[in-house]
Formats: sequence, C-alpha cells, structure tokens
Amino acid sequence: MDAAALVASLQQAVPDATFESAVTVDLHPTFYVSRDHVAAVARALRDSSSLKFSFLAEVTAVDYWPRDPRFEVVYVLVSLEHKHRARMKVRVSGGDAHLATVSTIWPAANWLEREIWDLFGIAFDGHPDPRRLLMPEDWEGFPLRKDSPVQIRRPPHVAEPLQVTPEEFRHNVERDRLARE
Amino acid sequence: MPELRTETMTVNMGPQHPSTHGVLRLVLELDGEQVLSASPTIGYLHTGIEKTAEQKKWQQVIPLVERMDYLSAQSNSMAFCMSVERLLGVDVPGRVKNIRILLAELQRINSHLVWLGTHGMEVGAVSVMLYCFRERELLLNINEMIAGFRLFPSYMRVGGLREDLPRGFHEAVNAFLQRMPAKLDEYEDLLTKNEIYLKRTQGVGVISGDDAVALSLVGPIARAAGVDYDVRKVFPYLGYETYDFNVPTRTAGDVYARYQVRVAEMRESMKICRQALDRITPRGEYAIADTKITPPPKDRVYTEMEALIQHFLIYSQGFTVPAGEAYVPVEGPRGEQGFHVVSDGTNRPWRVKSRAPSLLACQALEKLIVGGLIADVIAVIGSIDVVMGDVDR
Repeated sequence: MDAAALVASLQQAVPDATFESAVTVDLHPTFYVSRDHVAAVARALRDSSSLKFSFLAEVTAVDYWPRDPRFEVVYVLVSLEHKHRARMKVRVSGGDAHLATVSTIWPAANWLEREIWDLFGIAFDGHPDPRRLLMPEDWEGFPLRKDSPVQIRRPPHVAEPLQVTPEEFRHNVERDRLARE
Repeated sequence: MPELRTETMTVNMGPQHPSTHGVLRLVLELDGEQVLSASPTIGYLHTGIEKTAEQKKWQQVIPLVERMDYLSAQSNSMAFCMSVERLLGVDVPGRVKNIRILLAELQRINSHLVWLGTHGMEVGAVSVMLYCFRERELLLNINEMIAGFRLFPSYMRVGGLREDLPRGFHEAVNAFLQRMPAKLDEYEDLLTKNEIYLKRTQGVGVISGDDAVALSLVGPIARAAGVDYDVRKVFPYLGYETYDFNVPTRTAGDVYARYQVRVAEMRESMKICRQALDRITPRGEYAIADTKITPPPKDRVYTEMEALIQHFLIYSQGFTVPAGEAYVPVEGPRGEQGFHVVSDGTNRPWRVKSRAPSLLACQALEKLIVGGLIADVIAVIGSIDVVMGDVDR
C-alpha cells in the first residue's frame, strides 16, 4: 500500500483532516496529517478494516529548529494482519507545542509520549500521566531540543536533609500514630 | 481480644536490587503477599546517548548505540548501519549480509543465554547461570577474535564491516555450533520439567496476544502469547527469506511460555548460523567499494597517495548522508528493534532514535504483576528480559 492509497482511505474516514504524502526511502509510506486531527486519524488507522494498524512500533519527535514549525512528531505503524507499515507525521510549532494523545488508542504510546514531553517539551493533551520519564523531576528545560546546550557544567543541585529537633521528632511520631488510628 | 487491624504495605523494590536487572525501581503496594499496585520508575541510567549521537560523525555513533542495549551490541549496530545505508542508498555485498546474519544470530544466542542464566538464578536454579555463562564465554571469545573487544565489538560499519574475518573464525563458530545443541539439552534437563521451575513460572505473568500487541511487546513476549510476528519473516532484510528457519510460538502467554519460546529460538538461531557459515567464504569482500564511505585498506594507505588522502578525509571529516529519514526494523533478541535516523545532509546525524523494546516491556510490567504475588514479581521481571541500558539510553 503506497502513501497515496493510504491517504485516500484515511481521507474517506476523516474528511475534515488535511493530508499530504511525502517521499520516503524505506519501507514506510509516509504522510503528514494536520495536528488537530491526530486522534481521529489514529483511530481510523487502527480500526479501518483495510488498514488495521494494530501495532504502534514507535513514536518519536524531531526538532528542526530554527525552521518553523520546528517539531515533527513521527508515528511508525505496523499492521500485523495485512503485513504493511506506515509512517505518520505531524508538524507542531514551537510556540504552541501540543497535540492530542494517542495513548487511548495504542496503550504503548503512554511512555513514548511521556518521553517526548520529557526530552522535547511537546505536551500531549489528555495524556493520563503527563510526567517526566527519564530526566529528574526538577530538571529545567528539554534536553533534546536543538537549542538546549551541550557539554555545560551546571552547579550541582543539592537539597539539605530535613532538620528537626528532638521535640519536633517526638511530636511527628505521635501525630503519625494518631493519624493511623 | 482486640480487633485485628490490616493495612497495606508499600515496598520500595530497587533501584539497587539484584533481580531487577539493573537500576529499575518498583514501588509496590502489597496486601499481604498480593501486589495491589506497582509503579516502575526508570531513568537512573539515562546518559543522553541520543543527544550525544547528534554531536558525533555517522561512523562514531556505532560504539554509542552498541552501549544502549548492552546484551545485543551487534544487533544495535547492525540496525543503525542498515538505517544509514538506506539513507545513503547503498547495498552491501552478499557476503557482508551473510556475515551480519551470522553475527546477529550469535548475538541472539548470547543475549538469550544471559537471560536464561539470570532468570533461572532468580527463580532458584542457580546452577543454570553457571552453565549458561560457560557457553556465553565461547561467544565472547568469538567477538574478541573478530574485533578485540568482547562485549561491544563495533565490528559493523556503515557500508559493511570493519575488516575481514580473522583466521580461525570458521573453526571457532563451528566448534561452538557443534557444542551448543547438547548444552541446550542440558539446560532443558535442568528446567523444562523441573517441578519447582514449573510451579514458579506456569500461569504467572500472563498476557494475552492482543494486549501484548497493544502494548507493543512484539517479540518473544508476543510470540509466547500466540502472535506469530517476526520481522525476519514478515519484513525480511539482509536475505533472511533465503534461510530455512521457523518462528517458534506458544499460546499460554505466561513466564514458562516465554522460556519455551526463547529456548526454541536459540535452536532456530543455530540453524540459521549453520546455513550462514556455509555461505561465507573465509576471504572476500567485507565492505562496499565506495571510497567516500569506507576507508581504503591499510596496505594501500601506506603505499598510495590517493588512498592516503581518502583515509585522511574519512577519518577527519567522515562522510555526508543525503537529507531524509529512515527506519529499518530488524528482529533483535528482544523483538522489533531499529533506529529512526534523520539526516540534514551533513556529516553528523540530525537525530538518532532507538526503538527500545525494553522500554515498552518495562511499561507493561505494571499490567503483568498487579494481582499476582510478590514472589512472582521477580519471575516476571526476569521473563520480560529488560536491559536497563536500553530502557534509559
């Protein structure tokens, strides 16, 4: 199945969305889809009987800074039933970096989208668990963005251990005991 | 008699725990011995390999990607090289393809041996580990022979291999292939009908085929749940379609089925290795002839001016790759694996993204262990075969 046929059958399923097929050098027919229709198109990709992309192999993002729109989110899809593959891409601008989650359609996207939020700062609307995945929770910035610096030394972030007096300690223990009962 | 009070207990398993295969942290909520909830925390090994790769020249990325999934170095570098070769539009010679297949299958056996040894040890069969590591040593010796490095050979290069096969390679692989089937029987003697092992693994960590696909656990885990999908068969690469082998599947979807699938895979891999070894001549082409991509042989560098210039250019500037993107899937030891590689037309990659099967296996961990017993958590973590270097990258 080539990109044109894919786009034609998707256009039928989601008439509002705009599609654009792109050149590809590997075995994935590639197309772009407008950002606002990602969830509907994803559902059509999984459920249409001629497509049946049940296996989401990969979700990732690429930062083309300083081009605008700077991000492209890439979905690599496999149909185990029809034994074909496809690549769906979504352009996301830097100033308004968010799009709909597909983790409700393919549960595997959950952590993959968290990783993209973590490393690129692209938010996924409706994501069930929008936290960082790999970086520390208090990390500032998004390291895989092209304007994120490399090979810098940041002052180490230290947290002082909590200091309590013996009276406070006894009070805390007592409070916890009361709370349990 | 005072009223009995019950409460759940929160147990922090890891990050330093001997049976979490690296630094995986699990926060388990327990009711007695039953697991009520589990939340895996990862990221302790995150070293930013993908960011580092963007600063390196194409050829310099290979040692980096080998260190992601440190039990399947050859598969990683092969997947990366194949993606870059696809962007370059080059096709490697047939002999290189066969050597790559042979090395990838040896790597699969190697990875499965480590998996079997550690998994066996975790469920109480300590001797299995010693047995498995004994045979793995032979595979590491083969790596040492071809590259001088046992764990991360960096032998695959964009455009072929680093150098020709060493003398004695065929004999070493042959010796391994002759020794291995009897040793596999020996492992199976220790586990396959071992009553303790059966009790620890049957009906534990069950996942259905549909759930496995929805969670992208495609690979040995899905094949143990009846999903007959193997990249080598469905989207053949490097000429796998000319090899005679089967894809073992089971339907139970539990820890024991995963064990059966992986052991059967080792036997199939040996079948492929034998066929590949017969096709590989001891001497021959080991890279494409394009002097812009592969460095000229050393004897020519020392004697010819032109070869010296090519050598200098390749090692100082590298080569440029046409702009575009490629993702070539291969069947790694843990399932579909590949590198999404983006080039902007320069001598450094714009983006390198590894499809990490371990990350997705780790994500599914919660589904596999909730509702089970805490003792089974260990068996399940072992059976999904996570490599934390691949999870965190």
